[in-house]
Amino acid sequence: MSPRIPKRSFDAVIVGGGGAGLRAALQLARADLKVAVLSKVFPTRSHTVSAQGGITAALANVSDDNWHWHMYDTVKGSDYLGDQDAIEFMCRNAPSAVYELEHMGLPFSRLDNGKIYQRPFGGQSKNYGGEQAVRTCAAADRTGHALLHTLYQRNIAARTQFFDEFFALDLVRDQEGYILGVVALEIESGEAWLFEARATLLATGGACRIFRHSTNAHINTGDGLGMVLRAGLPLEDMEFWQFHPTGIPEVGSLITEGVRGEGGYLLNRDGEAFMARYAPNARDLASRDVVSRAIAQELLAGRGCGEHGDYVHLKIDHIGADRIKERLPGIRELSMQFAGVDPILAPIPVTPTAHYMMGGIPTSLHAQVVAPVRYGPEEPVPGLYAAGECACVSVHGANRLGGNSLLDLVVFGRAAGEHMLGHLADNPFPRPVPEEAVDRVMARLARWERPGEERVADVRVGMQKVMQAHCGVYRNADILRTGLERLTQMADRLAHAGLTDRSRVFNTARLEALELENLMAVARATLVSALAREESRGAHAREDFPDRNDTHWLRHTLYSQAQDQLDYKPVRLKPLTVETFQPKERSY
Amino acid sequence: MRMQFNIYRYDPESGKPPCMQAYELDFDPRGRKVLDVLMALKEVDETLAFRRSCREGVCGSDGVNVNGRNVLACITPLEGLRQPITVRPLPRLPVIRDLIVDMSQFFQHYRAVKPYLINLDPEPESERLQSPAERAELDGLWECILCACCTTSCPSFWWNPERFLGPSALMQGYRFIADSRDQAADERLDYLEDPYRLFRCHGIMNCVEYCPKGLNPTAAIGKIKSLLVKRAL
Repeated sequence: MSPRIPKRSFDAVIVGGGGAGLRAALQLARADLKVAVLSKVFPTRSHTVSAQGGITAALANVSDDNWHWHMYDTVKGSDYLGDQDAIEFMCRNAPSAVYELEHMGLPFSRLDNGKIYQRPFGGQSKNYGGEQAVRTCAAADRTGHALLHTLYQRNIAARTQFFDEFFALDLVRDQEGYILGVVALEIESGEAWLFEARATLLATGGACRIFRHSTNAHINTGDGLGMVLRAGLPLEDMEFWQFHPTGIPEVGSLITEGVRGEGGYLLNRDGEAFMARYAPNARDLASRDVVSRAIAQELLAGRGCGEHGDYVHLKIDHIGADRIKERLPGIRELSMQFAGVDPILAPIPVTPTAHYMMGGIPTSLHAQVVAPVRYGPEEPVPGLYAAGECACVSVHGANRLGGNSLLDLVVFGRAAGEHMLGHLADNPFPRPVPEEAVDRVMARLARWERPGEERVADVRVGMQKVMQAHCGVYRNADILRTGLERLTQMADRLAHAGLTDRSRVFNTARLEALELENLMAVARATLVSALAREESRGAHAREDFPDRNDTHWLRHTLYSQAQDQLDYKPVRLKPLTVETFQPKERSY
Repeated sequence: MRMQFNIYRYDPESGKPPCMQAYELDFDPRGRKVLDVLMALKEVDETLAFRRSCREGVCGSDGVNVNGRNVLACITPLEGLRQPITVRPLPRLPVIRDLIVDMSQFFQHYRAVKPYLINLDPEPESERLQSPAERAELDGLWECILCACCTTSCPSFWWNPERFLGPSALMQGYRFIADSRDQAADERLDYLEDPYRLFRCHGIMNCVEYCPKGLNPTAAIGKIKSLLVKRAL
């Protein structure tokens, strides 16, 4: 018997107050629906705020451009694993999504003619692989901050109801598989609440905190992914994690690709601009997987800088102090604070750092969560949506292009909101919430009242070290298999962990334990999916299978928690209206 | 090296009053920040509660008072801090637990200035134009991360927290007045023209001293005041 918990009822519940969640919320609030946004932090603390370089859209403000070229680059960047219908949808809608943000008040940097400023980014080309395009719209190097604050401000204007510092524990699902809302913990009081809704959107962001070194905020713990796995639903393409070429060593802070877009380039210990050897055309603006592997090769060959040879240099001083101050003020700040280097005077030390999760919760173009039904084709899970980094539409495939993640947030956040409106109109009445569904969640919470000999902090560090050592830029079967064994030990230790803090009010120790459960589930999905994929594609580079294998592996992985089950589904190669971009060899 | 700390502790469930707790820890401070040490202390004593998110000074979660100064823990170097390093919650806001304060009042003031663009013209098909010079008017304003380091260092806010909007909210109010795309400057000025909301600012400039992003709320407030003067003439 569980204690009854207080209940709030809404038309829609959105879990996550980052870019995707806030964009969707706006759509619903403007339609005068009752919508609740639950966020475990005050919304402007969400990780969207850390995005730097910009948001990509073929506005053609600086150079010739159109969405077809953007689409080609994104398909190629994904190493042909991206679904081409979703990529067309995103790239076609990009200009209107960016104009809409401008109308909302986003303070974009400007060109002399008053239009939105755009800068070159990696993997962007004109005319299907031709010369460098200039496509990424920017607000200095704080575009994520500008975007997140603008969306939050619009939600204030639309009177969206916010539940700040509420931590979603689990989905509530009935016998027929309908999602009826979530149970969430009010962090301040320590009370659990049932948030009942006819439509639930997960917009919980990424999970790079499975790694020891990551560009991500501490809050990126894959909470939505854990919820989905525990609900018996699969995750897609979890073997694909992007290592950003330029993170500050040890600390992990991101140094935007915009630095290279503004003219910066990488140097090894001999002062050689080595990217010319790896990507003769695009050089430092090749896509991120290519640049990260190049740096890893340089380090392996003993051409790294510093005492331990474990980083390379990013040079930008030659563009001049004024341009750095105007276009890259945030980078200068971060570099001085965390690397002790003023980029106006000296190169910034950088190394590949875990940055972005290409995989996630499988969704349709309309952000509906989809799952295979027994042995049949996939179908939407009624009442459940996902958007943003936690979702896998899949527009990023095996490797995301810079500037496409903010775009993903607003395009699919809006699509989610729109589809939810229709779903709510078609399903005007709430379904009853079965008590045992709530009981299960409360049991999970109560588990942390039990004492245990292991400490949560130790297990977290242990897990992060396993993932860092066994699931990095280069992988092979032995490394992954050993990693999986060691991760299993960590999971076992987590099962025996206990808390010394059993208080209720703002118990952050309990929160970190619940987050670690989510991280552990995500880490396992990653290793199992990575071990099975015997090819190299995008960010998944296998030393033992160095080539891409389209005959066997042009397909998406689906991982389910029960018995670590793997399933596969075809890549949607057919776009909505244009011709398919056939997979071909990828070079930059 | 052995480092010493003095940290404000308050557990509302214990029935005990708040106190300063002494900690000692072996920690190499070189290149590390106050947040690093708070997290290391939490690994030893998991009851210690504080907020954190981005750990690079852009999200505004971890405003605290260190050795008497309001700072973001994640970008404040340990080197050079006098020991024992004293960490307290931001001043004047109600404490929920340990270093965690109730920010409701701060956000209420933020909402009060209508922090969103107001433009009633039909939306054009593409972007609204704005010259680089017009856009430059927003620099130093839109970068505010809402950490409350400025507002909670302001004696005028300490005296009138309910009625004086404080430097952060006032600067956000001016951010929209200064935006060439905004059409509600008059309405915004009407709201701000009030002995408490705006005019409790006496130019003490603690906000400028403590803004971790190097912004200047006093200058923004000065510009609001001069617009009011111009309007009255």
